[in-house]
Amino acid sequence: MTTNILEMRGITKTFPGVKALQDVSLEVQRGHVHAICGENGAGKSTLMKVLSGVYPAGTYEGEIHFENELCEFKDIKGSEAAGIVIIHQELALSPYLSIAENIFLGNEQARNGFVDWNKTNLEASKLLARVGLNDNPITKITDLGVGKQQLVEIAKALSKRVKLLILDEPTAALNDEDSAHLLRLIKHLQAQGITSIIISHKLNEIKAIADKVTIIRDGRTIETLDMHKDDISEERIIKGMVGRDLDHRYPEHEPSIGEEILRVEDWTVHHPVDQSRQVVKNASFNVRAGEIVGIAGLMGAGRTELAMSIFGHSYGAKISGHVYKNGQEIRTNTVAAAIKHGIAYATEDRKHYGLNLLDNVMRNVSGAALDKLSRWGWVDSNKENLVAEGYRRSMKIKAATVAAVTGKLSGGNQQKVVLSKWMFANPDVLILDEPTRGIDVGAKYEIYTIINQLADEGKGIVVISSELPELLGICDRIYTLSEGRITANIPREKATAEYLMQYMTLEKEA
Amino acid sequence: MFALRSALHYLAGQLRQVGLFIALIVIILFFQVSTNGITLAPINVSNLIVQNSYILILAIGMVMVIIAGHIDLSVGSVVAFVGAMSGVMITQWGVPWWLAIILCLAIGALVGMWQGFWIAYFGIPAFIVTLAGMLTFRGLTQIALQNQQISPFPDEFRSLGSGFLPDLGGGTSALEPLTMIIGIVATIALVVQDLRQRAARRKHNLEDEPFAWFVCKMVFTALLILLITYLLAGYRGTPIVLIVLGLLTVAYSAVMANSVWGRHIYAIGGNRFAAELSGVKVKRVTFTLFVNMGVLAALAGLVFTAQLNLANPKAGDGFELDAIAAVFIGGAAVTGGIGTVMGALIGGLIIGILNNGMSILGVGTEYQQLIKGLVLLAAVAFDVFNKRRAGGSNGSGRQRRKTTPRSAPSEAKTRTPVASA
Repeated sequence: MTTNILEMRGITKTFPGVKALQDVSLEVQRGHVHAICGENGAGKSTLMKVLSGVYPAGTYEGEIHFENELCEFKDIKGSEAAGIVIIHQELALSPYLSIAENIFLGNEQARNGFVDWNKTNLEASKLLARVGLNDNPITKITDLGVGKQQLVEIAKALSKRVKLLILDEPTAALNDEDSAHLLRLIKHLQAQGITSIIISHKLNEIKAIADKVTIIRDGRTIETLDMHKDDISEERIIKGMVGRDLDHRYPEHEPSIGEEILRVEDWTVHHPVDQSRQVVKNASFNVRAGEIVGIAGLMGAGRTELAMSIFGHSYGAKISGHVYKNGQEIRTNTVAAAIKHGIAYATEDRKHYGLNLLDNVMRNVSGAALDKLSRWGWVDSNKENLVAEGYRRSMKIKAATVAAVTGKLSGGNQQKVVLSKWMFANPDVLILDEPTRGIDVGAKYEIYTIINQLADEGKGIVVISSELPELLGICDRIYTLSEGRITANIPREKATAEYLMQYMTLEKEA
Repeated sequence: MFALRSALHYLAGQLRQVGLFIALIVIILFFQVSTNGITLAPINVSNLIVQNSYILILAIGMVMVIIAGHIDLSVGSVVAFVGAMSGVMITQWGVPWWLAIILCLAIGALVGMWQGFWIAYFGIPAFIVTLAGMLTFRGLTQIALQNQQISPFPDEFRSLGSGFLPDLGGGTSALEPLTMIIGIVATIALVVQDLRQRAARRKHNLEDEPFAWFVCKMVFTALLILLITYLLAGYRGTPIVLIVLGLLTVAYSAVMANSVWGRHIYAIGGNRFAAELSGVKVKRVTFTLFVNMGVLAALAGLVFTAQLNLANPKAGDGFELDAIAAVFIGGAAVTGGIGTVMGALIGGLIIGILNNGMSILGVGTEYQQLIKGLVLLAAVAFDVFNKRRAGGSNGSGRQRRKTTPRSAPSEAKTRTPVASA
């Protein structure tokens, strides 16, 4: 008889071409708060999806034992019936329904097919009291802040008689006060006998509430540390998270760095909906001609928000700060203005923000600089063909012709189309957001080579990436971003994964 | 053998286009047989063109609106309003007919600016704005006409709707010469243009259309034009509105294929966010799109009024639905990004021939409605089926997206199965 509420043994999960999890084991003791740590893409969320039945039994190898019973969940309903509830980072509440309706969604307090509103609201207020939320249960979700919404999710979990609560990055979108409240609540629930698994990047939080921490790296369990036994430092956890060697996955590159080409000063951006929240705080950075500058930060640190707000105020509200191009202050209020000033931004999310998947390669390539191909508003399609065909060849885009529909290309080839589009726009500064996300190793190497070429042409390159080895492999200088603040500016010689991670997880300005 | 298989493979990929053509031919043949040859009689072909011209003009504007991912429900009311204003101007204010035409087109532009403003700059969905427009312009029509009909109109004005180009043969020749000349010139121009385009595409290695299919298509289109020419020349010659329609077709096909504006319309409909992040001025393009729709609706209103020789408070009722149906039968995607001017015109012709043929056969309007409804449903169902069969290369991405513009990009990140931990 163990005291473990959960044992996951030898979990292996493969996606076409990728082994996301390999022989992962996890043991969680009853009544513990168990943290799971790992870099972006290490496999934490996949593991939780296996556990909660998002990936049903049979699609993975290995065994899940919950309360000493072998479990084979077919779907989320199955895991919830057993008492496992997962709360995702993106909350799954229906915004125009009330708190009470959301708590009992799919589990309505009904009599003879009609909702018993008195019971619904009464039971809801009891649950709300347990999570320390004193709003009226008939309040609409949309009127609540993210912090309170998180609490409603937990109340909903409690209504399902949860035994094991899984929280995926619960504080990533919260301000300090709400985060503190949430952490207290988790401790409080622990006292009531509810076991929690918490996935978090915030090491100080883990230190504050976790009993044990399991570190996952590259889809494998690295180690499980007992936070009580040994005095585990944040550095110790970081070492576990990043401890791997850089191999030769990056082309050699000798930079020739020139004058400063772009400088951003005091850049502050507020969240577009919750305008009291600063997503980017007084960020300042610069890029020189021929230089590849990295921006490292964990999910939710504000990397994409920083880039997109500079690029034509495409993200955020109440943006303040200054942008200087070659020493002259410029305004980049619209995307067209940003492009005109020679700034380009290649998105991390090419499917939703980067490409018209319905249209062909040619028209995507020419999309950001049609004016170069047109006179009096008419596109010279001959020239357009030649340009697109040129990129198809030089970028080695695997498509039969440039008339191929982009939606049918592979991720790597789509990414090359995005890059071609911005190369054709010929900017002076190119911001690349996760340029190699979701593409295979071979294509990655090609893209690194292209980035190097662009730098050699004298452009300033900014690379935003979740993968530290990638930044270490290609960048001349790396800024770290933590909770919207730039916490360090580290030259290539001094940059190590541990060093970066320290600043990426820095909570407050010293 | 291999050539045949690759040709079949190609045709399977073009199922929608081919299907549309075949549907048109089957419908024409069906009515030709069942009406004992009345459908393709010279007088009926002439009527078909004249009586569907305003729907086809609306369909051109509508397909552009729908490609951009919007809709316009107000065009029927705008048709009526512009007709009413032309009547008031010409018969009550004594404005010369040519000036009235110009002023009416300007009214159409103003209508488009009004609706475009609310849609593009204020962010109200086009469905709502144009639904409101449908009511307001119907109301304005009735106010302008004081609920009376206005008639008659001067002959010059009427010729826009029901006039013919002058008969060069002096009414003596069996085939009207001017019509024959126009038809033959148009056919030659079309063939030359097709060949040139194919040559250019071949030069850039873009050609994937089998030569046999290319020839079939070209010969078929050329024969179709010549047939129509022959039939028209055997009656009263070329309707003036056909010239207008022909010019609009050529101009707007070119605009949608080759102008920066047209490209931006496709880009917005295909992926609004990507368009915005590529520097497309989404608001401005949307605004001008509705101005354009307003002008085309005004033109349709002028043609319709001229044809009936009557400004009527009930005019244009339901035209928006015919135009929208034409666009979807013509293969446009409900979600935007896909569609062609040519497709919308063929869709409009299919509806027109259904109307015409069923009327000749004496089918009651109740059955006409029923059948048109089923044809629309079948056409779109065919599209959906076709897309699913092709594997829906972009389906999942588009369906999952619910994010509003400018929401947090990293929070709204789609969670790829592999790597989001």
